[in-house]
Amino acid sequence: MIWPIDIIIISFVVICGIAAISVKDLLSSAILFGAYSFMMCLLWAVMGAVDVAFTEATVGAGVSTVFFVAAIFRTSRRTRD
Amino acid sequence: MKKFAVILGLMIWGGLLIYIADDFPGWGDPQAPASVNLSPYYIEQSIPDTDVPNVVTSILADYRGFDTMFETAVIFTAGLACLFLLRSYSTKEPDVYLYRHTATGVILRIEKGGTIPVGSADFERIDATWVPHDLIIKTTCRLILPFVFIFALYVIAHGHHSPGGGFQGGVILGAATIIFAISYNLRTATRNITERFAAFFSAAGVLLYASTGVLCMFFGGNFLDYGALAPLFGTTIAGARSLGILIVEIGVGMSVMAVMSSIYYNISSNGRLNEGL
Amino acid sequence: MDVLGYIISKYNYWGFVLLMMVGMYAMIVKNNLMKKILGMNILQTAIILFFVSTSAKTKATLPILEHGHGDHAIHAVDYINPLPHVLMLTAIVVSVATLGVALALALKVYKEYGTLEEDEIFEAQKKKLNPEMQEGEVNS
Repeated sequence: MIWPIDIIIISFVVICGIAAISVKDLLSSAILFGAYSFMMCLLWAVMGAVDVAFTEATVGAGVSTVFFVAAIFRTSRRTRD
Repeated sequence: MKKFAVILGLMIWGGLLIYIADDFPGWGDPQAPASVNLSPYYIEQSIPDTDVPNVVTSILADYRGFDTMFETAVIFTAGLACLFLLRSYSTKEPDVYLYRHTATGVILRIEKGGTIPVGSADFERIDATWVPHDLIIKTTCRLILPFVFIFALYVIAHGHHSPGGGFQGGVILGAATIIFAISYNLRTATRNITERFAAFFSAAGVLLYASTGVLCMFFGGNFLDYGALAPLFGTTIAGARSLGILIVEIGVGMSVMAVMSSIYYNISSNGRLNEGL
Repeated sequence: MDVLGYIISKYNYWGFVLLMMVGMYAMIVKNNLMKKILGMNILQTAIILFFVSTSAKTKATLPILEHGHGDHAIHAVDYINPLPHVLMLTAIVVSVATLGVALALALKVYKEYGTLEEDEIFEAQKKKLNPEMQEGEVNS
């Protein structure tokens, strides 16, 4: 709950989110989404929601990214937008 | 054109959200409406009622037990949906088999009709799409896997006193299965943690949760009122609640672990379960 | 009124609004199904951020109580509100389950049409419904 740290992390989260949806390579997009989840996890840990941060670290950054990578492996990696 | 219309609409929407943010309580206000009505009861009564210092766990599994039970049912349903959407049981053999000679690293390409070295210790089958073989990754993953499993069990069992619980521990167990499937290959993983095992455990976790609730009814309490189990465990009512929370968390962990493995198997192999990531 | 102080006092809401707009934009505008699913996840995370933000308290600690059986009373003011944490913890795990189902549907679509781009899927659907229609008549 120290506001300069919070603001830095929030700006990182927003940058990672915008980058994840604007990259043309879907695999990079999945990895950026993992980075987004980790930043979000850090934000919640700073806010004091440790259980939520733990869940996000295991679920969002770990398993979701793996699911995305597996699905991209089975479909196409390039996209137009 | 459509893009600009959407951006305009989103701007209006965001402006409305910023406008109503004026009515929200300030950042970290102790007198915020969300913090004064119900949660003081949970914080102050958690230790007298349930003997659990981590308030999140006691609310998750005891005060709001119904909620968590149906969330587990939702996860189980999602695993079933993935299975029904993707799983295909066609027994069509692939045209080409690839086998690697383990000693030299030479890869054999065996067309249809060739002799397949099944059961030979010198050859191992590899995927047609994922050829790279790295001894370092394989050995490292094999070395860290036991510790990952132990840590996951610790997270499930120690959720009463520290951050953690059934959901997190179950997801770590599922992630350990996924590490195994990635570092070796999908066939080795499905031989050790089979699809049947995953299907059984995902249902058994939900069943364990629900049957704990029904057991409370046999002892004269309400559904999911673990305090009624005190004569069974031979403890105080608060201690019985604590043990009931542990049982329920184990059920949640089993279900989540099995569903995560099952979803990964189906997505990475497109429902064939023969060759994966 | 102190504008800077006002902005700083609500900064988590600005982050929530920005992330929600990013996710909604990706869900509506992006052409690729994988990007849409990603946008759905970002939207979910933004809503979870909002709920967790409502639980914060200044001068309070984590909602894990010290072992104070009778030694000293527990005051609710000293601990962060745990209720939104519980609701959002289950929401995160359900979000990964919905992500699995969404990716399974995307894989099914890919198996059927061979692409994940939305406009190509629509054209393939139109061709499937009217096999005699020519290439130039698709837009009419």
